[in-house]
Amino acid sequence: MNGADTGYIIICAAMVMVMTPALALFYGGLVRSRNVLSTTMHSYACLGLITVLWALVGYTLAFGDDVGGIIGNFAYIFLRGVEGTAAPAAEQLPHTVFMGFQCMFAVLTVALVSGAYAERIRFSAMLLFSGLWLIFVYAPMAHWVWGGGWMAKLGAVDFAGGAVVHMASGAAALACAKALGPRLSLEEGIVPNNLPLTLLGGGLLWFGWFGFNAGSALAAGALAGQALMTTHLATACGILGWMLVEWKRTGKPTTLGVVSGALAGLVAITPAAGFVGLLSAMVIGFAGGIFCYGGVLLKSKFGYDDALDVVGIHGVGGTWGALATGLFAVASVNEVNGLFFGNPYQLWAQFVSVAGTWIFVFVASRVLLYIVDAAVGLRVTPDAEFTGLDLSEHNERGYTL
Amino acid sequence: MKKLAIIIKPGMFEKVKNVLTEAGIHGLNYREIRGFGRQRGHKEVYRGTIMQVDCLPKIQVDVVVHDEALEKILDLVVTAVRTGQVGDGKIFVTDIQDAVRIRTGERGDAAL
Repeated sequence: MNGADTGYIIICAAMVMVMTPALALFYGGLVRSRNVLSTTMHSYACLGLITVLWALVGYTLAFGDDVGGIIGNFAYIFLRGVEGTAAPAAEQLPHTVFMGFQCMFAVLTVALVSGAYAERIRFSAMLLFSGLWLIFVYAPMAHWVWGGGWMAKLGAVDFAGGAVVHMASGAAALACAKALGPRLSLEEGIVPNNLPLTLLGGGLLWFGWFGFNAGSALAAGALAGQALMTTHLATACGILGWMLVEWKRTGKPTTLGVVSGALAGLVAITPAAGFVGLLSAMVIGFAGGIFCYGGVLLKSKFGYDDALDVVGIHGVGGTWGALATGLFAVASVNEVNGLFFGNPYQLWAQFVSVAGTWIFVFVASRVLLYIVDAAVGLRVTPDAEFTGLDLSEHNERGYTL
Repeated sequence: MKKLAIIIKPGMFEKVKNVLTEAGIHGLNYREIRGFGRQRGHKEVYRGTIMQVDCLPKIQVDVVVHDEALEKILDLVVTAVRTGQVGDGKIFVTDIQDAVRIRTGERGDAAL
């Protein structure tokens, strides 16, 4: 164990924790005022429920000893043996710190999915789905990529969670949008209730993301510094990419476009952050901004109501980032070369991990949603939906001006 | 007595209030309304989705004036808020049958 690395990761864990309340602000501003609290609640509920489930069973399923490349064993069930030891996955860190750092990722990922079902899900259904999803989808995904599972053995790389966090939440979001169906009052036009809230949340996400990406180096060294700056440069370029296409297509750049472009850049660089050079990061971020702008337009083409564009931004951005890692990775940064540096196999490995993630997460999520629907019912009644979830599910109002 | 329902852009309220006060009006009320005229609405864009917003926010000032002051007041208000663009607003004039000042019981013009 090492004091500098430990101190660094403790701070990074706190920064990643802040991303979930930041997401609550980001999502909360985008819905209509009658759903601002329920949408916020989805993120805060994850901080409670997912943290506890992660400690009890999620962590051991993800990071316990590998069983057939599929899942971790029960070595750390109920955190058995975690206290007072070094983390097997990162000897420089106390096991508690590594477990806690990973816990924040799990919480955020489950909260990200909530953008798809906002404004119409029953709160009990949301809790049940989130808990099941952590255990049956997130924990295996984290194991496959980071816990020594089959994707890791295949050679696919994912620095900070392009597949585990972003593609997974995007694929689950698509399953949720299809299972729940569109919101009832779409024709009234969904105008965000408070864009300044969204912009503040987006800025806080950017801040937290430094802990997320640079912290994924798991040590305070040159690789963390590399990830810090690939992240910042890609995000800056994501803003510019989105702004450019938006300006051309609809005539004016928007603040929601700028913050969405930043998010697109952050998502796209996440799997690549510790594998690519700084100039490559700028290309990845810029293209991420453009691709994700196209991504959010998909829902009107295909007719699913992914309320807050989880598929368009996290699904599309995560997919692009994973593939881009297979193109731009360079061994001078971190041991792995991509296609552009003479290793076409890496792109193939990345492609397999992308296909595997989408298929597994989408199918597993649909099954879980089917079970939850049968158990408690996914959607609130039409009357409750028109009243708004703040009142119907929580007996509160966000604004009493 | 005539009642004026003066529909204007939100930013014009102070100007209208000032000219009415200068014209000797003793009271008025206003409300925030939404609606459209020939201007129709405007375009809003959220993440690439274009939305036509038809009903724009406007202010409606309600004021009751003496018959003989009507033309002068209409003139003052129109001069104060006209920009020459569609969306400047409208003034509707209606007859008022009677008025009562609750404190004293005065009726008609004396109650204004």
